[in-house]
Amino acid sequence: MDKKLEKIVQALQEQFGSSVEEFRNEAHVFVKAEQIVDALTLLRDKFEFELLSALTASDYYPQETPRFHVIYQLSSLAQNITLQLRVPVNSDQLKVPTATRVYDTANWREREVFDMFGVVFEGHPDARRILNPEGMDGHPLRKDFPLGYEEPQFTFNYDDIDLKKIYAKE
Amino acid sequence: MAQIEEVGYEQYKHLVSERALTGETMLLNMGPQHPSTHGVLRLLLELDGETIVNAIPDIGYLHTGVEKNMEAKTFLKAEVMTDRLDYMNTTGNNLAYCMAVEKLVDLDVPERAQVIRVIVTELQRIASHLVFMGAFGLDLAAMSMFLYCFREREHVLDILEMCSGQRMMTTYFRPGGVWRDVPVEFESAVRSFIQMFPKRVDEYEALLTKNPILLDRLVGIGILDGKTALSHGVTGPTLRASGINWDLRKARPYIGYEQYDFNVPVRTEGDTFARYIVHIEEFRESLKIVEQGLEKLKKLSGQPVLSDNRKFVPPPRAEIGVSMEALIHHFKFWTEGFPAPKNSIYNAVESPRGELGVYLEGDGGPKPHRVHMRTPSFDNLSVINKITQGHLVADLVAILASIDIVLGDIDR
Amino acid sequence: MGIEQKLGDMGIVTTKLEELVNWSRTNAMWPMLFGLACCAIEMMAAQASHYDMSRFGMELMRASPRQSDLMIVAGRVSRKMAPVVRRLYDQMPEPKWAIAMGDCASCGGVFNNYAILQGVDEIIPVDVYVAGCPPRPEALIHGIVTLYEKVKADKFVTPT
Repeated sequence: MDKKLEKIVQALQEQFGSSVEEFRNEAHVFVKAEQIVDALTLLRDKFEFELLSALTASDYYPQETPRFHVIYQLSSLAQNITLQLRVPVNSDQLKVPTATRVYDTANWREREVFDMFGVVFEGHPDARRILNPEGMDGHPLRKDFPLGYEEPQFTFNYDDIDLKKIYAKE
Repeated sequence: MAQIEEVGYEQYKHLVSERALTGETMLLNMGPQHPSTHGVLRLLLELDGETIVNAIPDIGYLHTGVEKNMEAKTFLKAEVMTDRLDYMNTTGNNLAYCMAVEKLVDLDVPERAQVIRVIVTELQRIASHLVFMGAFGLDLAAMSMFLYCFREREHVLDILEMCSGQRMMTTYFRPGGVWRDVPVEFESAVRSFIQMFPKRVDEYEALLTKNPILLDRLVGIGILDGKTALSHGVTGPTLRASGINWDLRKARPYIGYEQYDFNVPVRTEGDTFARYIVHIEEFRESLKIVEQGLEKLKKLSGQPVLSDNRKFVPPPRAEIGVSMEALIHHFKFWTEGFPAPKNSIYNAVESPRGELGVYLEGDGGPKPHRVHMRTPSFDNLSVINKITQGHLVADLVAILASIDIVLGDIDR
Repeated sequence: MGIEQKLGDMGIVTTKLEELVNWSRTNAMWPMLFGLACCAIEMMAAQASHYDMSRFGMELMRASPRQSDLMIVAGRVSRKMAPVVRRLYDQMPEPKWAIAMGDCASCGGVFNNYAILQGVDEIIPVDVYVAGCPPRPEALIHGIVTLYEKVKADKFVTPT
């Protein structure tokens, strides 16, 4: 791990008691949901992480609890380092405080995570779906959401599928 | 058939100003089908006369489900989906994804492949900026720009076709290198492009840069300051036009960018004109890189372009006929794919629009557990409401063109 | 036609009304300026200097559906976009034609998933399908010429 990064990770560990994983020179710091806003504020103000590069989530259904990890990928332009924060959330307590007051970009990114995973961001100023149509059921990137695969037409099953397929009329 | 829903303003109540609710200002729908929204972006405009009070983007009309679909494919097959995200920068997307896979499974890439990647990526950057220029000119009523830019773009696409067999969706880069070596005519084709192109850039500048009508429409319009830009996650030329020198090619060099001599154009004004100038300057810088890349390529002739790690790279055709192991590798590779460790990485490259990041997570199997593309246009667009307020509707078109959005990049 | 040689320079041409109308329709067919995704870039390339689609009477792309005869569905149609595409098609005046450009518009292409319509023919009637991902500008032009053949073979029928 980078020297500068090590110091920051230590500070996070002391203040939030978070655990750290390292993989291919990247640090993944695990933070509790209620601490995330404080952690992001600390990182932005004290350690110059000006850019929230990505905010996404990952679903570990059905093997693991907690089921979701919300992932914050931060970049520091001044120090030229990156850091990943991960917030595990369980499916019965799907709530994370919003980071919109720390980073403006979190607004749309959190809407996307809500749209795709159904993670609720408490206090979000504009909690609507962003990519999928408003009336859609379910959250597509969850592992229990089907891909929505339709069987392709080949010569051997051409007629079967043609019968079922809907074609538009004039 | 899906039911046609009437667009109600109920759900936007908290985003528009109070004057809209009393009817003092007008709400106007722009898009999804509009010639100046660069695709299927929908903007809900709150207008006071012709002045914009609020511009609320509504995206997702091109939502493709790429991330979900990639989870259902093996690492190699998922690569074809990345082409179709940001369709102006197809090889750049391949690069970001391949580098992420290489980082996840810890795979080395031969030097010649790195050089080819640099050349092709920079050519693609030029092609992408050419579309930007063409569309920018078209939106500002300089139609001849569109015709000129697409003329030059054909040269780049010809070179891409020469390498990969496809004009746009190349899938030329593969984890471990590139699909195959460049053909013999590659060098002369690129050389003739390098020779021709600088004059053409001067021609564009002669047409646009000092054009008084254009200057009236660009200078001082849509000013974005560096701090707001960073907070909104804006990257790429849009950020560099706001006075922040941040280019991942310089900051965190990848595929050997540290060996090339080039500058990062930065402007401090942050307006639409600055964004245009940064794009123009980047043409020249990219050309410099391509020229140096050709020199390097010459020195490395005859070297392999694909890693020989048989766990992650299929064996060449010639080997399959004579080697039993090669046949087994080939069969296992194309039927099962290769496993990746149960962990995650994040890898970012500089696309023509900004930081293109790939969050890739393996689960020990041959398919990705989760792929997230951090696409630059998504964040670049989110700033639109802030920088258009107080401008005219006609300026919105100029601003929208200058931040160079690609809807495939936004909606994924 | 071809009767002009027999008539000499009288300045009169005789033909069937049907053929005259179909001929005029093919030579000034205005497509709608409406791009969805990747294929729209190739559609722009087909319009631009190198391929120059105006050779086939298509130099004018109309941004309004009210003024256009041909809808080129260039790119993937998402479930969110589908109602909009149908509404645009409904707004076009008769006679109207549609070309599904590219694999995504024809059959869903590589995107066989929850978000993408598996072929735009589920929502609008399509006259010509152009294969390719994306189709080359030549392929699009070929699709348009194929559509012309179809239009030229149109027969007048009394509306029922």
